[in-house]
Amino acid sequence: MISLARNDNSVVGRWWWTVDRWSLLALMLLAGLGAVLTMAASPAVADRIGVDSFYFVRRQLAFIALALALMFAVSLLSPAAVRRLAVAGLAVSLVLLVATLFVGSEVNGARRWIRLGTLSFQASEFVKPSFAVAAAWLFAAHRLNPAVPANLVCFGLCAAVIGLLILQPDFSMAVIVAAVWFAQYFLAGLHLGWVALLGGLGVAAVAAAYLLLPHVADRIDRFLDPASGDSYQVDTALEAFMNGGLVGRGPGEGVVKQTLPDAHSDFIFAVAGEEFGLVLTLALLALFGFVVLRGFARVLAARSLFVVLAVSGLLIQFGLQALIHMGVTLALLPSTGMTLPFVSYGGSSTLAVALGMGMVLALTRRGVGAEGAP
Amino acid sequence: MGAREAAGGAPGAEASQVAFDGIANRALKTGRHRLLLIAVLFVIANFVVGLRLVDVTVIGDGFEPRFAAAAAGVRKAQFQRADVFDRNGVLLASNLPTASLSADPAKLLDAAEAAARLSRALPGLDRAALQRRLETPRRFVWIKRNLTPAQQARVNRLGLPGVAFHRAERRVYPLGRAFAHVVGFVDIDNRGIAGIEKTFDEELRGVREGPAAPVYLSVDARFQHVLREELARGMQTFQAAGAAGVILDAATGEVLAMVSLPDFDPNDPSQRDGDARFNRASLGAYEMGSTFKVFTVAMALDAGVVTLSDGYDASEPIRVAGFVIRDYKPEKRWLSVPEIFVHSSNIGAAKMALDIGAERQRAFLSRVGLLDPAGVELPEVATPLTPSPWREINTMTIGFGHGVAVSPLQLAAAVAGIVNGGVFHAPTVVKRAPGDPSLGWRVVTPRTSKLLRGLMRLVVAEGTGGKAAVPGYLVGGKTGTAEKTGARGYRREALVSSFVAAFPIDDPRYVVLVLYDEPKGTAATFNYATGGWTAAPTVARVIARVGPMAGIPADDPEGGEAARGLLVKIAAREGPGVAF
Repeated sequence: MISLARNDNSVVGRWWWTVDRWSLLALMLLAGLGAVLTMAASPAVADRIGVDSFYFVRRQLAFIALALALMFAVSLLSPAAVRRLAVAGLAVSLVLLVATLFVGSEVNGARRWIRLGTLSFQASEFVKPSFAVAAAWLFAAHRLNPAVPANLVCFGLCAAVIGLLILQPDFSMAVIVAAVWFAQYFLAGLHLGWVALLGGLGVAAVAAAYLLLPHVADRIDRFLDPASGDSYQVDTALEAFMNGGLVGRGPGEGVVKQTLPDAHSDFIFAVAGEEFGLVLTLALLALFGFVVLRGFARVLAARSLFVVLAVSGLLIQFGLQALIHMGVTLALLPSTGMTLPFVSYGGSSTLAVALGMGMVLALTRRGVGAEGAP
Repeated sequence: MGAREAAGGAPGAEASQVAFDGIANRALKTGRHRLLLIAVLFVIANFVVGLRLVDVTVIGDGFEPRFAAAAAGVRKAQFQRADVFDRNGVLLASNLPTASLSADPAKLLDAAEAAARLSRALPGLDRAALQRRLETPRRFVWIKRNLTPAQQARVNRLGLPGVAFHRAERRVYPLGRAFAHVVGFVDIDNRGIAGIEKTFDEELRGVREGPAAPVYLSVDARFQHVLREELARGMQTFQAAGAAGVILDAATGEVLAMVSLPDFDPNDPSQRDGDARFNRASLGAYEMGSTFKVFTVAMALDAGVVTLSDGYDASEPIRVAGFVIRDYKPEKRWLSVPEIFVHSSNIGAAKMALDIGAERQRAFLSRVGLLDPAGVELPEVATPLTPSPWREINTMTIGFGHGVAVSPLQLAAAVAGIVNGGVFHAPTVVKRAPGDPSLGWRVVTPRTSKLLRGLMRLVVAEGTGGKAAVPGYLVGGKTGTAEKTGARGYRREALVSSFVAAFPIDDPRYVVLVLYDEPKGTAATFNYATGGWTAAPTVARVIARVGPMAGIPADDPEGGEAARGLLVKIAAREGPGVAF
């Protein structure tokens, strides 16, 4: 890469000199830390479910390699190509999302996975980035030419996606999709009255979920009053952070991974806290913050509304997911299964995050955002 | 650079394009402002998570009290129970650091597997029972207390999640059986439940007055060993059901040795039940028989009821209130006071007690501590059995030691009060600091005390206590043989045989009491099982071994100045007095 001359006009050469290399570095660091943490957390889980100790490690390393390749490939695309990829991806993943409801395998009372041999595929992970970009396109189109009824289309799509997610059910992912969509709508210039109304609607939706969905009510009850039910997982996670202290117990010395069922995915941040301490967890937090704020800073200079909305949506989704994951393990939020982007084990989630971040890198390449309106 | 160039210059300047640019610019401006707002919210959220991280990992959070409380509990458990020493600093009770193993069933991955592996690592653990306990919904289950380091290492190697070690301590008694009754023992939570461990539980644990303080007992481990060994030998020889022995410091009432047999190993909880746990020396109450004549004669002489030259007619048994009081070896003649003591005449003692009277008798026995529980620092203390009402017949029988049941410890303390110059001290098992003010009270005059010492010497030199003689030492004492009461009055075959001695009798330093419960005579004793044949030899052996330890020089057995000073003139009705 270093050998690329400033005037190298090949695709890769232009990519290298226009892409945000700091974001790229931060994302690769995250993926690297994810690999290390998977090695720390997953052998215990693998032993427990009776597969080879390094089963998850091997798979995750392969996923990370694939993900980096995917991210690089997507980041080469032009904004228009990104948009087309997103729309196509949204169409495919919506079909798969519907299919999941019928052919998906049921785990813990929810149908979220389509199984293909030894691989399983979570369509909802891919819905998130593609819908964010598609929504950005629709919002931008309507904003720039109010005659286009793109907002209605967008609203309908959003309702469809959220409905499908709730049918699975996957309530926390539905919340993320809704929150990102709302944030994009807000950025696209939604009238403040509507912001208040829709915000109220969101609160009402959560309240409805609390009243109508027993497992949601249960989680929230336990968060508000830990004594009302078993808060074992969250207690254990907190204990892990306390045990870890400033510099952690040392790699492999943690014990929560022995008992937390999803130590390698939904609670990997607790494993990081126990084995590597405050130093690494703060570093992870800073990396996520850096990626998001750096991206925001890049799009502030962009001259295309689509680019602003798309990049903001993708980054909000990325940052929000990380915040929720960390908040749950730190008992700041009700317990829910949320992966830590790029760090948690999981093929679908890693590849979907790579897709989204590849799009961010593509849209924040220097000069790209100034293309003007689509 | 193609993209930049394409975007840089606006190719057309049509009106619609201008309008469009206006809308786009306004939209971009709104978007940027609102994006800044979202960025600020995001930064705040990141700060909250960051602060929470610092709080949880380094500072500790709302959970802290729970963990701090647990930590405080651990600290308390580390608080060692204080040691117990004998008067010379020999360790009698201490602690071994051990590890106790517990489990949190919720953290166990597989209760059945954990039970199987733990029961393999810790033999003696019942696998099925353990598995049942590990399957309970509780969050804390003891698996095994007080593991050895080797066991702890084995459990560690299992690598089971959900089990935890707790620092614990195990009470150990290095001298084992020797001090089983005096020191007592603790329960599984290291709370004293017998002996000194119970009496001084709070002091040893450091509950009441600051930190745990060690307790120094008055006992001397060397004396204790000698007494226990000789008692065990005698118990074996005479096939006795039990034995008790006490060595007191005659001047202070400090217990130097106290043994009850059969005994038990306080280190082994399984041995702590049944007869062996019973402390015959302080908790057993026995009718002591003739040793009580020490008190009868002492109170008669002290009150001036008789003098040494007086006497009583002992030619006929006394018939009173349906009882017959007779002598064991009847002399069938008038006996002087010294003869009554030396030959242990019940008839003479009964008549003497009658002359003293019930009131004075009761008052005297009370002053020498025989009518109330001994004020010793042990939870196991007998309450004396006394007659109520105290009739004339009781006065007579108590004169020779029947009708009042007391513990061996009480008897020894009372005898010490008579022979030490006449000052009684409540017995104590706690070491007295030298120069502690004496808490005793006078019970007889020094002159009476001296006379009694002479009479007791006479018992050993010429009377029933001859087998208590030790070459080189001046031993004085009194035999006692009582029939135990059965369902139908006294049982001839079941005796409580004892001997109480003081030595050196010219200036007593120690009082030694030995008592056998139901001893059987042997060929060597011509089938006699009385105090003079069973307990007296044991006392002699004890004194022969303890005397040198105490640094008491062995005198010329035939007397010398000290022995001559004790000579007692015995009056006879006919003829001149004979000096023994």
